[in-house]
Amino acid sequence: MSGIPHDHYEPKTGFEKWLHERLPIVSLAYNTLMIPTPKNLNWWWIWGIVLAFCLVLQIITGIVLAMHYTPHVDLAFASGEHIMRDVNGGWALRYIHMNGASLFFLAVYIHIFRGLYYGSYKAPREITWIIGMLIYLAMMATGFLGYVLPWGQMSFWGATVITGLFGAIPFIGESIQAWLLGGPAVDNATLNRFFSLHYLLPFVIVGLVAVHMWAFHTTGNNNPTGVEVRRGSKDEVEKDTLPFWPYFVIKDLFALVVVLAIFVAVIWTMPNYFGHPDNYTIANPLSTPAHIVPEWYYLPFYAILRAFTADVWVVQIASFFTGGIVDAKFFGVLAMFGSIFVMALVPWLDTSKTRSGVYRPQFKWWFWFLVIDFMVLMWCGAMPAEPPYSTISLIGAGYWFGYFLVILPVLGWVEKTKTPPATIEEDFDAHYPPKPAE
Amino acid sequence: MLKKTILSALMAAVLGTGAYASGAESHIEDFDFSFEGPFGTYDQHQLQRGLQVYTEVCAACHGLQYVAFRTLGDEGGPHLEADQVKAYAAQFDVYDAELDEDRAAKPSDKFPQGTYEGAPDLSLMAKARAGFHGPNGLGINQVVKGMGGAEYIASILSGYTGEEKEEAGTTFYENTAFPGGWISMSPPLEDELVEFRDGHENNVHHMAQDVAAFLMWAAEPKMTTRKEVGFLVFVFMIFLAALLYLTNKKLWAPHKYKD
Repeated sequence: MSGIPHDHYEPKTGFEKWLHERLPIVSLAYNTLMIPTPKNLNWWWIWGIVLAFCLVLQIITGIVLAMHYTPHVDLAFASGEHIMRDVNGGWALRYIHMNGASLFFLAVYIHIFRGLYYGSYKAPREITWIIGMLIYLAMMATGFLGYVLPWGQMSFWGATVITGLFGAIPFIGESIQAWLLGGPAVDNATLNRFFSLHYLLPFVIVGLVAVHMWAFHTTGNNNPTGVEVRRGSKDEVEKDTLPFWPYFVIKDLFALVVVLAIFVAVIWTMPNYFGHPDNYTIANPLSTPAHIVPEWYYLPFYAILRAFTADVWVVQIASFFTGGIVDAKFFGVLAMFGSIFVMALVPWLDTSKTRSGVYRPQFKWWFWFLVIDFMVLMWCGAMPAEPPYSTISLIGAGYWFGYFLVILPVLGWVEKTKTPPATIEEDFDAHYPPKPAE
Repeated sequence: MLKKTILSALMAAVLGTGAYASGAESHIEDFDFSFEGPFGTYDQHQLQRGLQVYTEVCAACHGLQYVAFRTLGDEGGPHLEADQVKAYAAQFDVYDAELDEDRAAKPSDKFPQGTYEGAPDLSLMAKARAGFHGPNGLGINQVVKGMGGAEYIASILSGYTGEEKEEAGTTFYENTAFPGGWISMSPPLEDELVEFRDGHENNVHHMAQDVAAFLMWAAEPKMTTRKEVGFLVFVFMIFLAALLYLTNKKLWAPHKYKD
């Protein structure tokens, strides 16, 4: 599977040979598990395993929750309470599933920013990156659909607001919105289809994850130096890499358990911290909450959505040239989806020849500013849509687009980069110097 | 250093966004409850007193439709004796679909719904309201204080100033804890309204706190189990992490510290 030369599985016993000729499944598992992995990977590379764990955790807890849940507007909320009160261990299942979504998104954000810093998206890993973005989009959809299922106030009003985004599309928007909802408003038909899709999408993610892994097993992992593994011979490969099993499996497991200890501590002490109290009130179409706030992991993009109000000049220009078709609402929707789209295009927007941010002195600053920008946007998304937050959101959104569309393309030309080490071995030995020969 | 600063900022932002705008100024008193903190548990006697306040006062209008009578006997909760639960349930009438008529409630039944349309169900009220962390607060104090739902309830019940006004035919009562300052619920408690069986002090402040504790239990009946199991799993995870740390160290040593 990997393009890096390494040992391959050799069937030894009669049964293994028999099986191998018919279905080389052991070989596939062996090659996947024994992939040569750059030995200088740092701790930012552990989040992939955390993500894989989250996906499995969410699917398992979700399947069991679905056994006790009833997707009907009159029964959904009560079935949630049934799970919390009457189902054995139901409280744990639900709290794990609720907080598991937060862990999933925390991990994916760190994973994405790690990729952005170390240039993991650059050739030849563009496909890995694009698939990753698709996974992220599918996660956002799944998380949103799942948040509607408890049928609390935020479920209902969140669904109303988010499906309303599609209603902003000119001409066909209202039809699309009605099609998504299964009617003119969020109701039983909406809840049923959201439940169905919330169950379906995680398996789509499983498929995408397999392709994501296939892609980076073909190119090999990136690493903090951005220097490729030498592939001239197996000897060279062995100087730069160690097999995934056992070296990285044990390392990642250690990191995973530390992360899970914190995860468990949250459920132990404050399981509702990441939730919203309003969602413990049953959905009421006649009573709108004072502030409709999405879950924390959507907030940066929610802030971008709300940043482009009718008094912003780019919105006015867009509206003028399209004869009013692109109004403030539609512009906001375009900006929100656009902000993820430009991130997906980063392999072609970043013109720098140097892969890793470690050797790019100017890039570093812009990158960390992007991280701060992301957090500021997150904070703005939780605030009411009024000054000064709307202005801050607008500046934040401007920087987000500026980073991908202007800074990265220009930086590649003007930046004087440092020289990375010639090999991964050199980098590793610099951290762990071999003892001088006696 | 920069990385560290940014990391801590990330944590702050991630944790901080659990907070949300809390609306109009209102004052939530920070009551001390036995169930606060990572190891806090419910006080059985306080829950029983709170149940008494609920039964004699709140139940006149409000319901507890998600709470089953049998759970009043649960350990960690009010922990009533089996015959007490039976007798308690029997004071309520519930509708029986099979008989197509009302009958006395059994322990397996749930508390009836409220009788008054404007009075919300109280089963989850202690989780549906948050007392703490305003828009800019990090809210990390949830670890030690909880969400403040019980504080919110107790503050409402003891927050009446005595002022009232009439608007469009509805009387509103001034309340220092209610967002906006005016609430349509008339002051439900007055000093010595409920005679506690255990002779506990029964001014408004005490009754408010006791019934708030009871409603916290009603909203989160599995809290004690959660804290016990949560702590054990946490300790296990730390232990497992230590073992994996040592395994990892030993595994990598020949490659990191080669001769």
